Amino acid sequence: MSPMHGPREDVTALRRRIVEMKRFSGLPETAARPRLPLGEPLDGALGGGLARGALHEAFTADPGQSGALLGFALALAALPRRPVLWVRQDMATLESGEIHGPGCAQFGLDPARLLLVGAADATDTLAAAEEALGHAGLGLVVAEPWGEARLLDLTATRRLALRAERSGVPVLLLRPAADPHPSAATTRWHVAAAPSRPAPGMPAFCLGPPAFVLDLARNRLGPTGRFTVEWNAHARSFSPAPRRPHLAAPADRPAAPQLAGGPPRPLPGGWRHAG
Amino acid sequence: MVETHANARRLAAVDAAAERLGLVPGLTLADAQARVPQLKAEAADPAADAALLAAVASWCERWTPFVGLAPPHGIVLDITGCAHLFEGEAPMLAAMAARLTATGLAAQGAVAGTARAALALARWRPGLVVPAGGEAAAVAPLPVEALGLDADTGRSLAYLGLVRIGDLADKPRGALAARFGAALVDRLDEITGAASAPISPLNPLPAYVAERRFAEPMGEEKTALAVLADLARDLSGVLERHGEGGRRFEAAFFRSDGVVRRIAAGTAAPLRDGARLAALFRERLSALADPLDPGFGYDVIRLSVTAAEPLDATQPGLGTDPAAAGLDQLVDILSARLGPRRVSCLAAQDSHLPERAALRLPAQKGWRGSHALALDAGPGWDAPAPEGAPLGRPLALFPRPEPVETLAEVPDGPPLRFRWRRVLHEVARAEGPERIAPEWWSAPDAGLSGALTRDYFRVEDLEGRRFWLYREGTYGRETAAPRWFLHGLFP
Repeated sequence: MSPMHGPREDVTALRRRIVEMKRFSGLPETAARPRLPLGEPLDGALGGGLARGALHEAFTADPGQSGALLGFALALAALPRRPVLWVRQDMATLESGEIHGPGCAQFGLDPARLLLVGAADATDTLAAAEEALGHAGLGLVVAEPWGEARLLDLTATRRLALRAERSGVPVLLLRPAADPHPSAATTRWHVAAAPSRPAPGMPAFCLGPPAFVLDLARNRLGPTGRFTVEWNAHARSFSPAPRRPHLAAPADRPAAPQLAGGPPRPLPGGWRHAG
Repeated sequence: MVETHANARRLAAVDAAAERLGLVPGLTLADAQARVPQLKAEAADPAADAALLAAVASWCERWTPFVGLAPPHGIVLDITGCAHLFEGEAPMLAAMAARLTATGLAAQGAVAGTARAALALARWRPGLVVPAGGEAAAVAPLPVEALGLDADTGRSLAYLGLVRIGDLADKPRGALAARFGAALVDRLDEITGAASAPISPLNPLPAYVAERRFAEPMGEEKTALAVLADLARDLSGVLERHGEGGRRFEAAFFRSDGVVRRIAAGTAAPLRDGARLAALFRERLSALADPLDPGFGYDVIRLSVTAAEPLDATQPGLGTDPAAAGLDQLVDILSARLGPRRVSCLAAQDSHLPERAALRLPAQKGWRGSHALALDAGPGWDAPAPEGAPLGRPLALFPRPEPVETLAEVPDGPPLRFRWRRVLHEVARAEGPERIAPEWWSAPDAGLSGALTRDYFRVEDLEGRRFWLYREGTYGRETAAPRWFLHGLFP
């Protein structure tokens, strides 16, 4: 430090450090951070969108929900106008399949923007994600280790969060088949698929647009909450799914006999929606 | 060394002691053992000989990048433009012989204007350095075997009393060609320096090379890395002068005891930044499964550009996107660390078979880098699904469709429930079938389960999880008991 510094400058510098430290201690921050708007009602809880330059976590407890988890991650990947780097542990690829280009395109994400990296273990996955977070040219970094990685403790997640903050690139940590542990994440989501709601005029046995139950279990910048949302691939945003009664048991399902003859055709009016 | 040739076990090679006892290659083993009862014979191993020759040739690249093989025993080095670096041709030849002898090999050599003359002289007049144009005189006393002709021609020539090359050189060429074929005349031209046959180099010739030689072998890896960084700086200067950038690089570490370790690294875009190149090799070296073993130390380290592309000089900050350049560097570093195939991108392919509709390319080849900034998918990909419609294709596809047990109401309808990975799913909604027939014009793919028609269904279970199932084989026409597979996951 130069001898010109007086005690006043020292105090200012210390104050600045305190502000820096507060940012990672869970206290709400004052400065507005750039956001990635997701669409209502999520943006309301997040204060305008997903914070850039921060760590976000998404969990599913059930391995059968990995389709929904992938959908959530790919939806976030579709938002920024920048390339997206996705590091997957090989085990995750084996368990939940390879990312399919045509599906991504229909989902609203240009597959050419995806840079896919395969890693043999959780260590390589985190190291590659950390390397990628040094590059401000990316729109999002997704890291997908498989299962209960002992490696992902508070220190490891804080490293990711710090790197993300330095470069301004958001990082999404996907945790299929894992339970949450203490971490430095800004938000934590539990992702599950929601029963779909066919478009009006379509028969009840038809599938609707991608629908999710997003449980925002932790949010350092606002309230938590549980949202049932649909993804609109065309507009690239989430929208609230209208409440609908739970589907009836399969015994009285009208779908199967109708389908026996071939592809489904629009049925004459008078069909009630399932339930 | 013994080999079996024409149903007889014959000597293939003999050592100096055996030679003194009068044993020569070609003698049958029985004769040789009759003469020298205590003879030790081993089976010849031509494959090991060839491997040794290739290894020695690779090590010989320390003197010139242009090294060719002349099996079974010869190595040809094109030293055009290299000799002055070693104080002339004769000192260079002496240094080579000394180096090779020091590694425990018996080596002899000669320098001449053509490869064939040099090979012949190395065998019959080792140590000779022929001045330009002196080949005809130098090879004149050599036996005609030096031409490398087949045995029949050799015997006919000997029968005619033509035993030395000098005997042939002044004969009318038309008559020689008519009697013994054009090959003899061609060989004669090559050995007397009148014509030169091309040599094919062992390794492709690098576009640019930078190297360091050490008086004493250097064994520390840290020093080797520092030298590599220096070489990278040298190369970047050369590349800049030529307006090029390297796409593939190779670092070669020549150990003093005759072993070469070559490490290659590729880049996504032409590169000539010395610091980035050094970082790339640092990453590559730290990711090696078997680390660099310096042994007795390296005495030559060479960094070469094996593939170069034009790269215009750019001024940083003017029209270039630093973020995009950073991404190319990220691709290079991750490829060097994890392997080029592990860093990939997707490209559309014109096929209606789901597993062929997208191609995974190594990102160093297929990544569009800075151009990948558009929100909408490029040509070849589907448009986003309209509002309120489900996806037609899943987000995740299993490379090998996973068999599921199903219960369906009718054989050609959608399943009522299915069991995947030991979990039972009750189907709540199902849409389909979407019939996808095999591509009959292409051969049946071994990776797929045969070439039967597939009927795809999008199904949703009671919990809302969505899957892509298919039934393989049309019921009653292709198979009586169709099997079901799960091929993908929907969001």
